[in-house]
Amino acid sequence: MLLVEAEDDKEYKVIGFKGGKGILHKLLQLGFVPGDQVKVLRRAPLGGPVLVEVNGRMIAIGRGVAEKIHVEE
Amino acid sequence: MRCVLVGQPNSGKSTLFNQVAGYKAHTGNFSGTSVTYTESKVRVTGEVMDLVDLPGTYTLAGSNPAERETLKYLGSHHVDVIVNVIDASHLAQGLELTLEILDLGYPTVVALNMMDEAARYGMRIDGLKLQELIGAPVLPLIASKGRGIRNLFVTAQRFGEKQIIPPRPMYEPTIERAIQDIVQGLDGRRHTLNPQALAIKLIEADADNLDDNLKKMEIDSPDLLERIGRLQSEIRDLRGQDPIWVLSAERHVMAANLVRQVVELGNRQISWRDRLDNFLLHPFWGYLLLVTILLLFFEVIYGVGSALECPLLTVFNSLESTLIGLIGSETFIAGIVSGILQGVAGGVAIVLPYLVPFLLGLGFLEDIGYLPRVAFMMDALMHRIGLHGKAVVPFILGYGCNVPAVMSTRMLEDRRDRFLAATLATLVPCAARLAVVFGLVAFYLGPRIALGIYLFNLLTIAITGRLISAMLPEETPGLILEMPVYRMPTFRTMIQKAWFRAKEFVVEAWPILIVGSVVLAVLNYLDFADYLNILVRPFTWLLGLPGKTGVPLIFGILRKELSLIMLRQALGVADFSAALTHAQMISFTVFVVFYIPCLATLAVLRRELGYRAMLVISGLTVIIATIAALVARGFAWFFL
Repeated sequence: MLLVEAEDDKEYKVIGFKGGKGILHKLLQLGFVPGDQVKVLRRAPLGGPVLVEVNGRMIAIGRGVAEKIHVEE
Repeated sequence: MRCVLVGQPNSGKSTLFNQVAGYKAHTGNFSGTSVTYTESKVRVTGEVMDLVDLPGTYTLAGSNPAERETLKYLGSHHVDVIVNVIDASHLAQGLELTLEILDLGYPTVVALNMMDEAARYGMRIDGLKLQELIGAPVLPLIASKGRGIRNLFVTAQRFGEKQIIPPRPMYEPTIERAIQDIVQGLDGRRHTLNPQALAIKLIEADADNLDDNLKKMEIDSPDLLERIGRLQSEIRDLRGQDPIWVLSAERHVMAANLVRQVVELGNRQISWRDRLDNFLLHPFWGYLLLVTILLLFFEVIYGVGSALECPLLTVFNSLESTLIGLIGSETFIAGIVSGILQGVAGGVAIVLPYLVPFLLGLGFLEDIGYLPRVAFMMDALMHRIGLHGKAVVPFILGYGCNVPAVMSTRMLEDRRDRFLAATLATLVPCAARLAVVFGLVAFYLGPRIALGIYLFNLLTIAITGRLISAMLPEETPGLILEMPVYRMPTFRTMIQKAWFRAKEFVVEAWPILIVGSVVLAVLNYLDFADYLNILVRPFTWLLGLPGKTGVPLIFGILRKELSLIMLRQALGVADFSAALTHAQMISFTVFVVFYIPCLATLAVLRRELGYRAMLVISGLTVIIATIAALVARGFAWFFL
């Protein structure tokens, strides 16, 4: 499933990313790597970004980017 | 002895630097980018050492210019020792960069900063064990409180002097074989990096422009190029990913293993920092607080700025009239003197009183960690005009002064985003344009119409954003932004940050402002007013304005509020309603709000985006201003 569809406050495992090099790079830099646990903390209203926690770090991810991240339970 | 600070953003690197270097720091600038590093001579251990603060970076093999600076710096300067600053509360990510630094083969000292914050998270870190595992000294540090600094630099000095180089991390056999293979292929060719480090960077290099990169390093050899290409595709076939990701994934795993061995997790203390987001990012209260905080922010800046502006302007005006009285008006010298004074006054009395409190306030919001929250909340809205959340900052700044607004666009990753955000930010009515809106429209037509102009401005910005982003080929890359924990900024870093930013205005834009003032004063002396009016006549005619409004409009490019001050002179009336109809006031004001940014802003645009972009943006603003003023004219004709 996609990260945007994930439920709040529940642990998921990152499987992979689709999308351009730029996005991939930025995510990997922030320590967002396939195999890591990710949790959605909150969402901004009106199709805004999701706020996730990965490895104890909070990262805001725009809706468009969150649609390119695959996760599983 | 040259010591370089390397660390991830928010690791406290600059705090450490400021603690040691104080106000002696000066900024340098890499050519072609606006990313700065800071260098200063410091004396911590009794001996003088050159301390360099490189921009924060998550990785050395980055795609954006800021991230490549560390490698670029190491490639072009002699470095004795690297001090790697890590945020101990985010140890795993920090260690990934550490492993990458250890690859480079420099004497390295690791500083575990923010040990207090890690303790709050319930982390107990065994520094000695980490030191044993990575083979480089690991020292505790609380930079914000000045603890552990001396010890850190004494160790760095010793390791730099003796050139003690820690071992580099070992990768999986396939990678190690590839490294050896390239080292052989390098065949003793020299580079600032040692052969093994160079080999690793070459394996990670982007296959598409490897050729250029090798040429830049002056190790151009078809055999080596072929060899690297072959090894890269071997790794790709075996691991299913580009080598750069294979290596970063290996470092990720290594770092996680290190953390498992050295960190003991206890209970996390919940503090106000954890609860704050429940309010500040709340879908309702968060926005209400955002508006309140921003209003307060502007209220304070406007209050401080205007309290300083009036007395300062009075001083300059009386100085000017005294000097002119001495020289005698109507002389050429008097024209030049008043030009210089106007330029100096523009900086001292009009820009700096707003700019300095602005930069202080901005630094505060930034350091405490609120700006990323604003970006988070405004992301959805910013996407509608073709940008993402981070671009909200230039807009907020624009209401105070366009100069810092344009400067702040440099934090956007993409040139496309920087261009679009800068263009739109120059359309935001700054404090000087507020003076025109208030002095003309609010005074003669009432505050409601003035508010209407502000709303019309927002609408125009939104439409312009949509139109320009539809014309630009790429899309905005989307928001990916770390949300730092809330931190109380230190007074010292706030002052320093504001000083560095204010200095850019003083050095870059102010001289242009002064020269421009003199040129216009000379033109005025030579009685060019009529020619200037003819030059602008197409616009004034189109907008139904008297021809005499041409000169005020031209002077407005110098300083926006001059278009109001000069208007009085040009029309020769004390009461504007005697010379202008209400419709004319509205179209004049709307035109002033949008057309060509002031000289200081133009100077910053040129610096941030280059000459061409500056000219394009100026042209665009004239078109937008004309259309907007025509619409306003039509509106006024219809309703008033």
